[in-house]
Amino acid sequence: MNDFQTTLTGHQGLRFEEALIFEQDSPGASGVDVPTIPDHAPKLGGLERRDSIGLPGLSEPQVVRHYLRLSQQNYSIDSGFYPLGSCTMKYNPRVNEKVARLPGLGDLHPLQPTQTVPGALELMDLCATWLKTLTGMPAVALSPAAGAHGELTGLMTIRAALEASGNPRKRVLVPDSAHGTNPASAHACGYTVASIPADDRGRVDIQAMRELLDEDVAAIMLTNPNTCGLFENEIIEIAKAVHDVGAYFYCDGANFNAIVGRVRPGDLGIDAMHLNLHKTFSTPHGGGGPGSGPVVLSEPLAPFAPLPYVIHGPDGFELIEQDDRPDAHPFGRVKGFHGQFGMLSRTLSYMMSLGSDGLAQVSGDAVLSANYLLAKLKDTLSASFEGPCMHEALFDDRFLEGTGVTTLDFAKALIDQGFHPMTMYFPLVVHGALLIEPTETESKETLDLFVKTMTELAAKAKAGDVAFFTEAPKLTPRRRLDETLAARNPVLVWKPDSEQD
Amino acid sequence: MRYLPLTDTNRREMLDVIGAGSIEDLFCDVPEAARLKGPLDLPNSVDEQTVETALRSLANKNLSPSNVPSFLGAGIYRHHIPAAVDHLIQRGEFLTAYTPYQPEVSQGTLQAMFEFQTQVTMLTGMEVANASLYDGATACAEAVLMAQRVTRRNKAILSGALHPHYREVTETSARFMGSNMIACAPDQNGDEDIISLIDEETACVVVQNPGFFGHVRDLSPLSEACHDKGALLVVIVTEIFSLGAVKSPGDMGADIVAAEGQSLGNSAGFGGPTVGLMAVRQKFLRQLPGRLVGQTVDADGRRGFVLTLSTREQHIRREKATSNICTNAGLCALAFTIHLSQLGEAGFTGIAKLNHARAVQLAERLSAVAGISILNDTFFNEFTIALPGPAAGVIDELAAKDLLGGVPVSRLYPSDSELENLLLVAATETTTDADMQALIDGLMEVLK
Repeated sequence: MNDFQTTLTGHQGLRFEEALIFEQDSPGASGVDVPTIPDHAPKLGGLERRDSIGLPGLSEPQVVRHYLRLSQQNYSIDSGFYPLGSCTMKYNPRVNEKVARLPGLGDLHPLQPTQTVPGALELMDLCATWLKTLTGMPAVALSPAAGAHGELTGLMTIRAALEASGNPRKRVLVPDSAHGTNPASAHACGYTVASIPADDRGRVDIQAMRELLDEDVAAIMLTNPNTCGLFENEIIEIAKAVHDVGAYFYCDGANFNAIVGRVRPGDLGIDAMHLNLHKTFSTPHGGGGPGSGPVVLSEPLAPFAPLPYVIHGPDGFELIEQDDRPDAHPFGRVKGFHGQFGMLSRTLSYMMSLGSDGLAQVSGDAVLSANYLLAKLKDTLSASFEGPCMHEALFDDRFLEGTGVTTLDFAKALIDQGFHPMTMYFPLVVHGALLIEPTETESKETLDLFVKTMTELAAKAKAGDVAFFTEAPKLTPRRRLDETLAARNPVLVWKPDSEQD
Repeated sequence: MRYLPLTDTNRREMLDVIGAGSIEDLFCDVPEAARLKGPLDLPNSVDEQTVETALRSLANKNLSPSNVPSFLGAGIYRHHIPAAVDHLIQRGEFLTAYTPYQPEVSQGTLQAMFEFQTQVTMLTGMEVANASLYDGATACAEAVLMAQRVTRRNKAILSGALHPHYREVTETSARFMGSNMIACAPDQNGDEDIISLIDEETACVVVQNPGFFGHVRDLSPLSEACHDKGALLVVIVTEIFSLGAVKSPGDMGADIVAAEGQSLGNSAGFGGPTVGLMAVRQKFLRQLPGRLVGQTVDADGRRGFVLTLSTREQHIRREKATSNICTNAGLCALAFTIHLSQLGEAGFTGIAKLNHARAVQLAERLSAVAGISILNDTFFNEFTIALPGPAAGVIDELAAKDLLGGVPVSRLYPSDSELENLLLVAATETTTDADMQALIDGLMEVLK
């Protein structure tokens, strides 16, 4: 007998079962009052909608209760520890939300005359200055909408620069350990992808890389610190080898949070790098976006940056939406209007709050916390590589060998203990990966509770209590979901009973 | 430092456990030459009040459309967003959740996204929709790439009534893939002939309805012409409220609909972040980019939701994925869904009609002003007027009087002198009689 069957309503105290909004229809009801519509002669050319849309009608309190109850079925950073490696689930300061909503920022129209928005242009310029200074790079394209979009923008910039010098080249080198977006972005930019293996230290096999480097290579895409949580300590040699064949060095800046305020990518020989503002700079993940992925660029790439951008003109800041200056060669436009302005407001608020000193403390505490977990857990779980690590610690599933418990089962058991699982099965360079990133915003008490929980779970697995893991989670709004069924028989929209097949 | 819980005592204890002397020692893999030696040329940390004051002072330098009469549109619209919407999306459980890869603890986001997908199919008259894309312009570019995959053809015809930013983003994404983009001349009169351009090499025709210049068109003949040649019809919608008053793209034979959803739940925000929508015919499902939420059951047989069909996506398929897109516009899509749920059928269609009525009233009043003519015989809540001289200068003069009179077409077509007298004017449910009078008075004074 399952718990949910034990109540009359299906609800269990503070945990509510909530039907779809379409199943709560009171036809004719609305959560808004529509003002009287003035008499008018329609100008729709006879194309008026005549059929009904099918939207349900609910009053405001019903709508509020519905979405509030749904919110309660989510795990979030605000509710607990989210040790998701490579995702950087740090606290999202509320002042950022407040300032982004100021009417003089949040309500601006992107096409109002630019002389009416000097503060917005100044904000973009300030944000650019911070990002350029933190990375030691001379230029930044602010408009990409997300990290992967930034990758694509960076590669397009590289391609445009190569085309301008006569040969776009053919290939992009990507390490095995890269995020999946890297090869996908290279492909979307018209390149083929060649994979570089990792060495036994979890870093790029520099010898293998040298063998792949030739005049057909447009760029290398490297994540640093890499997805094993390690700094590519030969990065300066890598940059030199890449530049020696006339290729560009693209760095995936997803893990910039590990080095912000301490290391500048511009000092490492990097030509282009995107910054996930929702990671390093704390804009909220929002259950999957919106993100923002500005790309910092080296001197040779800067003239090819996409439109629009803000420059310092004789009468103050200017928004350049078309560029006819002879030394500018923007490769195009990647996003409508001016990019994710609301994310820039939040980011600026965060950078100003922490400042140069605070951001260095951010990376320091993030790396300290990860190394603390590595030290505490390396004898319990199986650490994949020697420390020290950077902002995240990588373990593999050797410690579960012979127990019958998989990495997935182990992670699901963690959910019942009130923790979000770590990143699993990524990166692919180790077997059954568990990638743990604590970030700088967890207290030592939380880290210690996590260590204690992981240690006891590992002991339980070794003691042979397999069902404890394979049946987990048990205390969540839903237990394990049948993903095979979802994929085999895709039900992607709700339909009324009468229309269901 | 208010966001950092570790104390110096904690740090000392933790370093002892690690066996390191200092935090700097943990950065030993960073080449010595690459370590910052001195402080960066940036200010140090400040308290919350100081940050708020700094951002407020930047905000105060701007003229906010929420404080003055505004007739701005061209792809971003001012609508009244019910207070509950912003309240709900700021709940920490929505705001600070990750992508719902762990469905047991993400049913809130997943169910809301399933509702979103359903709402988008209802509005567009299509069969399936994804869980959102970055914005309307990038959704347009993705729609063209998708049409090329489906038809295995290379050529796309872009209507002259397509928003110029959408055209530019689409051309940019095609630029490095060797695609053939045919962009039609600006269609300010709403009478372009696309049908004669369609041939057996055409992957798709991309049209916007209502068009960039405001015209509402019957797309059925165009759909038939596309299908006769084996091409797809991609319909772009930049004002989602139009779908409460105008026949849906699905009803007029669209194969792919890409849209901007900002008008529902999302403030203008200087143009971003907003939410891109994409809806398609069922048969194209496997070529649809972006995240999808599907219904399934849990181990106890209860209905639940998961991310599904991820074998299309980059984290599984890497370079063979349908797109490099990793994220969606989660929270903006949630705002869209909550706003639309609050409106419901009656509210959504009612507000749509009110938008149209307000625009009709405004057009009538503007057409009575000497020197102004209206280009549109049809429109929803935005139309194009011709002024006796360059529109940008007029708009600048109005702005000096704290009046945002519309978008000069020249802002988006800077090098086309034929269009320089044209002005796009939008009215929504937020437009009052007093706003309209202020615009008429302002124009009469400036044009005098």
